[in-house]
Amino acid sequence: MDRLDDLEAQSIFILREAFARLDRLALLWSLGKDSNVMIWIARKAFFGRVPFPVMHVDTGKKFREMYAFRDRYAAEWGVNLIIEPCPPIEAVDPTLPPAARSAARKTEGLKQALAKHQFDGLIAGIRRDEEPTRAKERFFSPRGQAGGWDVKDQPPEFWDQFNASPPPGAHLRVHPILQWTELDIWRYTRREGIPIIPLYLARNGKRYRSLGDKDITFPVASDASTIDAIIAELEATNTPERAGRAMDHESEDAFERLRTSGYL
Amino acid sequence: MNVRVIDTTIATPVRKRDATARPLVRIVIVGHVDHGKSTLIGRLLHETGRLPAGKVETLKAVSERRGMPFEWSFLLDALQTERDQGITLDTSQIHFATASRDIVLIDAPGHAEFLRNMITGAAQADAALMIIDAAEGVRDQTRRHGYLLHLLGIHQVAVVINKMDRVGFDAQRFHDIETEIARHLATLGLAATAIIPISARQGDGIATITPPIAWHTGPTVLQVLDRFAPARPATALPLRIPVQAVYKFDDRRIIAGRVETGALKVGDEVLILPRRRTARVRSIEAWPVPDESRVPRAARAGQSIGITLDDEVFVDRGDLLCAVPAPAKATRRLRARIFWLHDAPLSVGDAVTLRLGAAEGRGTVALIDNAVDPGKLAADAATSVEQNHVGEIEIALSEPIAADTYAANPRTGRIVLEAGGRIAGGGLVLSTDVEATRRLEELRALAERLNRELAPLSPAERIAQFRRAVAGRVVFTTSFGLEDQALMQLLADADLDIDCATLDTGRLFPETYQLWAETEARYRRRIRAHYPRTEDVEALVASQGINGFYDSRQARLSCCQVRKVEPLNRALAGAKGWITGLRADQSAYRGETTLVEVDAERGVLKLSPLLDWTREAVLAFAREHDVPLNPLHAKGFASIGCAPCTRAIAPGEPERAGRWWWEQGKTECGLHLRPASP
Repeated sequence: MDRLDDLEAQSIFILREAFARLDRLALLWSLGKDSNVMIWIARKAFFGRVPFPVMHVDTGKKFREMYAFRDRYAAEWGVNLIIEPCPPIEAVDPTLPPAARSAARKTEGLKQALAKHQFDGLIAGIRRDEEPTRAKERFFSPRGQAGGWDVKDQPPEFWDQFNASPPPGAHLRVHPILQWTELDIWRYTRREGIPIIPLYLARNGKRYRSLGDKDITFPVASDASTIDAIIAELEATNTPERAGRAMDHESEDAFERLRTSGYL
Repeated sequence: MNVRVIDTTIATPVRKRDATARPLVRIVIVGHVDHGKSTLIGRLLHETGRLPAGKVETLKAVSERRGMPFEWSFLLDALQTERDQGITLDTSQIHFATASRDIVLIDAPGHAEFLRNMITGAAQADAALMIIDAAEGVRDQTRRHGYLLHLLGIHQVAVVINKMDRVGFDAQRFHDIETEIARHLATLGLAATAIIPISARQGDGIATITPPIAWHTGPTVLQVLDRFAPARPATALPLRIPVQAVYKFDDRRIIAGRVETGALKVGDEVLILPRRRTARVRSIEAWPVPDESRVPRAARAGQSIGITLDDEVFVDRGDLLCAVPAPAKATRRLRARIFWLHDAPLSVGDAVTLRLGAAEGRGTVALIDNAVDPGKLAADAATSVEQNHVGEIEIALSEPIAADTYAANPRTGRIVLEAGGRIAGGGLVLSTDVEATRRLEELRALAERLNRELAPLSPAERIAQFRRAVAGRVVFTTSFGLEDQALMQLLADADLDIDCATLDTGRLFPETYQLWAETEARYRRRIRAHYPRTEDVEALVASQGINGFYDSRQARLSCCQVRKVEPLNRALAGAKGWITGLRADQSAYRGETTLVEVDAERGVLKLSPLLDWTREAVLAFAREHDVPLNPLHAKGFASIGCAPCTRAIAPGEPERAGRWWWEQGKTECGLHLRPASP
């Protein structure tokens, strides 16, 4: 078994634990490369089908290519797709810097979706190597009744035994690809032939490394117009993956504030 | 802030060709708070030129704005709270590459309060780097972390003695700490890969041995990191698959789980515990399968798989699929060495939820032993396990659970405990059969005492004292050999409550039967005969013929099993003591025997009162007391067993050379064999 096999086996293990131990589960689909890999692994874990709903919390501000991708593959993969809207910007904490405030609409949308569907588990495609606060995450991460993350009081988690008993009203975030790196994602996407949104590939010297809302996500300079080229580029870069995501960079702790209040 | 760093300095062709085949090693950094873990990590990244351009400058500017001196640890302490308090709250993971490895460094907090986070981080590691402040030396948390590494099953540990600049790079100071920590690790069964003097702040010992530590002859930190090996799936151990779920999405009934150890292929028989049912693997299921030739036929440790079985036997989450010849044990009582993280102490009588593999069990703490703070040097054992302490506990379960001991299988020999729905502790399974283990420990202690006490005594006194010390039935088994007859004489003289038994294999010499009758008449007692089971002998002869034991060693052992070993087990059933005529000089194998041994399999103490006697001494005793002997001895038969399997020996041949003489090597039937390892 090589490293991708090891990662895949562990992700499958985590997805099966989540499905066995939680009653109302949904997989969050951001339409990006990470959650596409996650859906692919879920289909492997459950022999071709995803046995829980796949939810897109839609800010309404995604790229046209992203919506096209969603509609095509939701049908092709046969997933039970739920689309939930986000509230307007006015409903969001005005003390956050502008881009973070815009991103926080998703947190609010998520809270409303949770309340509506009464999910006790949300599967999310975050990775430890993306960003230092995500590095602190657990595979099964308890959230309070308000959806908040208490980073100071995370329960211990070891030997692939998980805290999967949320108190009534609270829920768990499940992170099956937490151990993966950006390079792992691309190598696996290439190996498995998983479809991607073409925005990741360079056009006119620019490509998106990470996809979010179109008004707060910016392309990076790149000539990588194939997955092979992306992999070669990542093997030689020192620039962080989320460099093009504005809300990470407005102030030192903006992203951390987003996450403790329930952002992914 | 982002500390994901990718190697740009080493353009290795290997990396380009097959990047995912490079070993990935997860290394946790542990140690007491403030001994410099985060500084070391920051420095490692800097020393190897792996920091993104401008990162250090940015952090220096931030530090200045906050009015704090710049520290390398700021790279790691990403959370606001950490920078404010100056301590690491939780684990961070940092990816980078060395010459031959991809490394994930896991930064575990050193603060006692956050031991649960240290464990969360360390449990994911293949190896550990332990940091000790040269000025402060080994502290509580250093020892505690060492103990937890041992409990987490991490065997690769290197130690760095940091802040050498604060002690003037004093070699003596280094050696004192080196000795102390090496001794502590040794008590835990750990040997440090290397112990290195460093200054993380200044860079000494990280990538190079700098002039101030020129006296250090060992490796640098980077060299040590590059030597750690990744954990390998335990394919060589017996098969274990904890069942996560059974899926019935279509007409298939797929049993899903991860192969924790061992391997399996289609057609293999598996034992389902704790139900104790067997079935064969009909198929290994997978998705996507592009064509028939790609359908998997085999799987091994580390893979998450799905299988179907040939039998509609009931299987559910929590069951354990095992290799039939070497299964786990279904048990209602476990003994484990645990660490406890919950703020309320764990006490006898507490209800706990236990997780082992995919199984969940409810139970009660039945017993607590040796509960201590692993950070303290001489701690008093307590009756409850306090937060961040360790102890040995026994758990009585309401339903049986399938478990291994950690020694037998590290993956299915470890448990996690929950309190109030939250993981509260964990540990290693010491015993899956607590009663038997306790009896065995008592027997071992008794054997040790008796070996001391019996050594200076005569055989008659040994027998008498053994009889007094063993509570329960004691059986003397005789095959009417020279030593047996001498013992018979001693027993007759002593008139002790000891049963006499013999095994009539059905193939003994006529002379032996004659001596048997003579012995009963002489000593006026009946010797209880145990016979092979008729159906076993019939099956044996049907399968290998009347003298099939000459054909192969395996056939001979089968015969010994049916005619001797099985009847002996019945002769000793319920007995606590067993007296035999073994002598140490009969063979090299028997030379390793002690006067009193524990027969763990049969649960008895075995006394060989003549162990240290020579053949000549026994013969002299027999003549002196006119003990009836087998006339075959005079014809050159030294050791006498079954007629077809015993011949006379030539002068100078070893005493047992006439037993199964056609076989090379072993001359034991199995009555006195010890297990390969204790």
